[in-house]
Amino acid sequence: MTARRIALIVPLLMFLGFVALAVYRMGEPQQRVIASKMVGKPVPAMDLVGMDELHPGLNDGDLRQGTVTLVNLFASWCAPCRVEAPQLKALADKGVVIHGIAVRDTPQNITAFLKDHGDPFRRIGMDPNSKAVLNLGASGLPETFLIDGKGIIRKQYIGQIRPEQVAEILKDIEEAKGS
Amino acid sequence: MKALLPFAFLALTAAAEAPALPPAQEAAARALMHELRCLVCQHQSIADSDADMAADMRAVVRERIAAGESPEQVKSYLVSRYGDYVTFDPPKTGANLVLWAAPLLFLAIGAVAVWRLYRRKGA
Repeated sequence: MTARRIALIVPLLMFLGFVALAVYRMGEPQQRVIASKMVGKPVPAMDLVGMDELHPGLNDGDLRQGTVTLVNLFASWCAPCRVEAPQLKALADKGVVIHGIAVRDTPQNITAFLKDHGDPFRRIGMDPNSKAVLNLGASGLPETFLIDGKGIIRKQYIGQIRPEQVAEILKDIEEAKGS
Repeated sequence: MKALLPFAFLALTAAAEAPALPPAQEAAARALMHELRCLVCQHQSIADSDADMAADMRAVVRERIAAGESPEQVKSYLVSRYGDYVTFDPPKTGANLVLWAAPLLFLAIGAVAVWRLYRRKGA
């Protein structure tokens, strides 16, 4: 093969490769889950008002108490949150500390929601303007963050927690305890 | 009267989100809103979306601009939470660079090919 042929073929192949890549990437499904960039980082500063006397508010200091905690972002208006309620209860029954962040919700509606679907929460912080949602890098409901005893976000579970995930989460909690 | 109803609703939504910023800041905030992706509605900016989450994001943009942050700072706050995905104007680094550089690269290759072809013919 002459140098001239190579000079013609190489750019052509590069161009075809570029077109193929562009077509291939266009065919990819749209990104549906948006992972938080806060995983691996300390919990951002927050100070959320409590829902009622039974559920005091939540601040970042509460998440640095040496205990591994789950922070569940939920709302009474969120249908998948109902679906994951039994899984949260199962985790709470195993002794897992779970705090809630109620997004764009009212104490009255949450009280009714917890009455119907069980109450796994120690603390419930109110997030009426999605500030905590944005601060945590969450994008929808429900989402659950695993936070180690030093207040570092270890994991983010996007979407409802499915029954088969309970064991996985318990394992993740054990791993986070070691650190 | 019935025909006017939609406009009444428009007026209501506008009132619910009255621009609270001085004109220059409001303009900067709005420009940024068109650059930020609504996270719960694919391929819509938070300026164009009616989703609650988009409204909350607009409020955060206004609040931070009002507090004296530059649009760049507000954007980098959101990028620190969601990555480049949150902006429609991602930085020209990493894999994105290929997209920007490829047309120039092919143009340069073409120019060299043409130049060589004519030089040979001239000789």
